[in-house]
Amino acid sequence: MLNKIITAAADAVRPIHDGAVILCGGFASCGFADELLEALHAQGTRNLTLVANNPQVAERGMALLLRDGRVATLVCSYSRKEGTTLIEDMLQQGLQLEIVPQGTLAERIRCRGAGIPGFYTRTGVGTPLAEGKEHRDFDGETHIFEFALKADFAFVRAKCGDRWGNLTYDKTARNFNAVMAMGGTHTIAQVDNVVELGALDAEAIVTPGIFVKQIVATRQP
Amino acid sequence: MNLDRQQIAWRVAQDIADGSYVNLGSGMPLAVADHIPDDREVIIHSENGLLGVGPRQTAEPYDRNLINAGNIPVTLRAGGAYFHHADSFMMVRGGHLDVTVLGAYQVAENGDLANWDLPAGRKAPAVGGAMDLAVGAKKVFVMMEYFARDGSCKIVPQCTLPLTGRRCVTSIYTDLAVLDIVNGRVVVRELIEGITLHTLQAETPVMLHVSPRLRLLQPPSK
Repeated sequence: MLNKIITAAADAVRPIHDGAVILCGGFASCGFADELLEALHAQGTRNLTLVANNPQVAERGMALLLRDGRVATLVCSYSRKEGTTLIEDMLQQGLQLEIVPQGTLAERIRCRGAGIPGFYTRTGVGTPLAEGKEHRDFDGETHIFEFALKADFAFVRAKCGDRWGNLTYDKTARNFNAVMAMGGTHTIAQVDNVVELGALDAEAIVTPGIFVKQIVATRQP
Repeated sequence: MNLDRQQIAWRVAQDIADGSYVNLGSGMPLAVADHIPDDREVIIHSENGLLGVGPRQTAEPYDRNLINAGNIPVTLRAGGAYFHHADSFMMVRGGHLDVTVLGAYQVAENGDLANWDLPAGRKAPAVGGAMDLAVGAKKVFVMMEYFARDGSCKIVPQCTLPLTGRRCVTSIYTDLAVLDIVNGRVVVRELIEGITLHTLQAETPVMLHVSPRLRLLQPPSK
């Protein structure tokens, strides 16, 4: 029987080693897998590369890992943590930053999930982010080559999940989660509701379970 | 009197056609949504995964899972849709948006845009979706004050700040004038009352051309 449900977040994050590359779903303040990130924090894993749109606005999850120096490299489109100087402070302490245009970040992750090595895009041409990248003209327009983004793990946050790993999301908390679920080599989903197999409308499943390795239910208050 | 930001937003909104799909950048451009004429149906895209953005949420507790790209709790209009980030930027990069409205630090004569916060800057760098929007939307409207805080003109021969996109700006909406970029030339389309082309040119380090349709830029009285 296929059962991807794990009871404790601590068990789900146990395979994650120092130096791992982790895709972190979420945008601005919503859709972050707080409990997975915090279980990883509690485990003491270090030297991480986190890939996320932005450092989570709330003082949870990613913020704890960043604050305590567990993150060696942050790959994001927007590095500022509003209302704080956390990132500026961590840069002083050696945090490495890779800034990627938001759409390019999403597509690099999607490519990895789709088995495509990369793609050409007009995004970023003529900007500092194009430096050192292959340039090629198509139909008279210059494009740059962007590589698929390889990651070891993905942490996603979903609204509902079943034991096969099928997922649905809540409104704009879907954001990077659904694409990171497809792009992660080992995808762990924190879900707010575990539902019986067959309870999700097959027409409405956003992430088919094939992309998901494990499901952890959010602790209910 | 220079236009205030709401008046600039009003002016931008007048140039957004009925039935358009539009992305509004964070900050100043978000105000454009409040000025779309009632007889037009404009569908607003937010890059974090929604089409059909409605007004801000007003009742607490806010649903924090329904936000726009500026992290503001919003509503979804009837007919709206949610989608993930790769699909969202497929809409952006694939030329499916009619208009994006962005802020700017500088716009060059040839339409180059500089509007992102840089690695060398005081604050942590942030580009967000601006580079994708700059190359992907059919029209790129810039909304900004004509002069920077230090008094320098934001319309320049060449951007001295790192670029967001090359030759991408269609039109510039400012507190003094509306200008179009046409074949590498800056063309003045509208001027506010009390300013002449001559005085504007004296403050602008690029050659201004005059639209044959030059008219007064006059927002409705408040």
